[in-house]
Amino acid sequence: MDIRLDGIGHAYDDFEVMRDISLDISSGQIVCIVGPSGCGKSTLLRFIGGLERPKQGRVLQLGEPPAGCLNPLTYIFQDFALLPWRSVSGNISLVLEDHGIKGAAADKIIADVLARTKLTDFAKALPKQLSGGMKQRVAIARALAVNPAVMLMDEPLSALDSQTRELLMDDLVELWTRQPFSAVYVTHNLAEAVRLGHRVVVLSRRPGQIREVVDIDKPLAAREFGDADLEKTQKYLWQLMRDEARAADAELLHG
Amino acid sequence: MDDTGKSVAFRGGGFAPKSPRWVGVVVFVALVLFVEWGTRAGWISSLSLPRPSDVFETFRLLYDSGLLIKHLGPSLSRLTVGAIIGASVGISVGILIGLFSYVRSGLVPLVAAIFPIPKIALLPLFVIWFGIGEGSKYALIAFGTFTPTVVATYGAVDNVDRTLIRMGQSFGLSWWSIVRKIVLPCAMPGILSGLRISLAIAIILLVAAEMLGAEYGIGAYILEAGSLYDLERLFAGVVILSLLGVLVSAVIGMAERRLLGWRT
Repeated sequence: MDIRLDGIGHAYDDFEVMRDISLDISSGQIVCIVGPSGCGKSTLLRFIGGLERPKQGRVLQLGEPPAGCLNPLTYIFQDFALLPWRSVSGNISLVLEDHGIKGAAADKIIADVLARTKLTDFAKALPKQLSGGMKQRVAIARALAVNPAVMLMDEPLSALDSQTRELLMDDLVELWTRQPFSAVYVTHNLAEAVRLGHRVVVLSRRPGQIREVVDIDKPLAAREFGDADLEKTQKYLWQLMRDEARAADAELLHG
Repeated sequence: MDDTGKSVAFRGGGFAPKSPRWVGVVVFVALVLFVEWGTRAGWISSLSLPRPSDVFETFRLLYDSGLLIKHLGPSLSRLTVGAIIGASVGISVGILIGLFSYVRSGLVPLVAAIFPIPKIALLPLFVIWFGIGEGSKYALIAFGTFTPTVVATYGAVDNVDRTLIRMGQSFGLSWWSIVRKIVLPCAMPGILSGLRISLAIAIILLVAAEMLGAEYGIGAYILEAGSLYDLERLFAGVVILSLLGVLVSAVIGMAERRLLGWRT
């Protein structure tokens, strides 16, 4: 299943935040969206998953989601969004219950996704007992449980410290290598973008427009922390963004 | 550099009150002993305060004669029925106000208008509506617990973490699942602390409810003692109400520990 953004534009009252964004997201690819703060990256992600409606343009789903897919467009949030009163496995069963998956069938899925995210020993723990990195692993496990066609990741590592971030990036790469998934990955961190993205979409500052799309051909599994060619790409992305970011930083906040 | 440096003065203490359990008991016992001493020594006249040991004696007599159960029984059933009706209607209406725009704009002003009415003033009205028997007593207590519960509940629903609701929607959870599995548990701390207040109000209103047409009941007992200026019995009754309050608060505390163990 592919996703096509067709001329997306958005405005709050008369205040234009996004203009004419068209983009294809093909299956099995991780598309990273980067841009200065306030360019509407997260809003764009909410459009893709249907949590918000754009003023102009359409988000199209091309083809059918694969069989066994419970929730084709599934988010991973920056602040994890785990229910604090449910255990790790309870948080995962939450998203299965509404599909009528309970009991042994649910246990099987939960055990599988916990194993894939290395959380098997933490099934009974409450979120408050887990570190930030663990919490985000739970959120990733929860997303995997519904077998999504496209993962929509909204700055998933931004609330974590830099070491945890490295570890989780490795985990994401491992997950993808074992079973490629499609994802739209919004971040302000260029290092994450060049490590995880097959394509990096650079947005301009408000009103957000596509400035450039950079393809990175190096396979995910071959990329490593501090790779020279990745650094070069990262530097190039920063060149693209620097002036925009400075201008965005100096802007008065709206409202 | 001089190695006989001055150690930096500590200035970070205070502003973090803890509550050791025994202090409360000590204050209470000390106060009772003080009054006992004053009434025995004679510098507190027995007209202005009853002697604690006499109050205790009255309480013992009340218990021995079986009257305590006779008074407590009807009171507890009025309190339970009234509070359960008031709290459950209050929680339901509060949730509806928290979730639906029209319910909110329609009912919030109404609740604000009802809240400051002293419910005791409406007792005659309830007697006309529900009769002089138990009905009017249930209604008064229910009405009194309803308003604070509504306000606490919709406040709690308003404060539910929107990101959790978005999460529920993004996983395609049904409306009812989101309310049941996300909104309600999230609002539970606020609802329970609202219940603390509304149940205390229910105990206050119990006395008022028993002003009219009640033969037995803690409230009736207190009012009778009051009209006779029988301070020992008055105090014995008041102590029962206080104990009831402590009991209710302990029960809510237990519910909080059970239901809200997930909080840090």
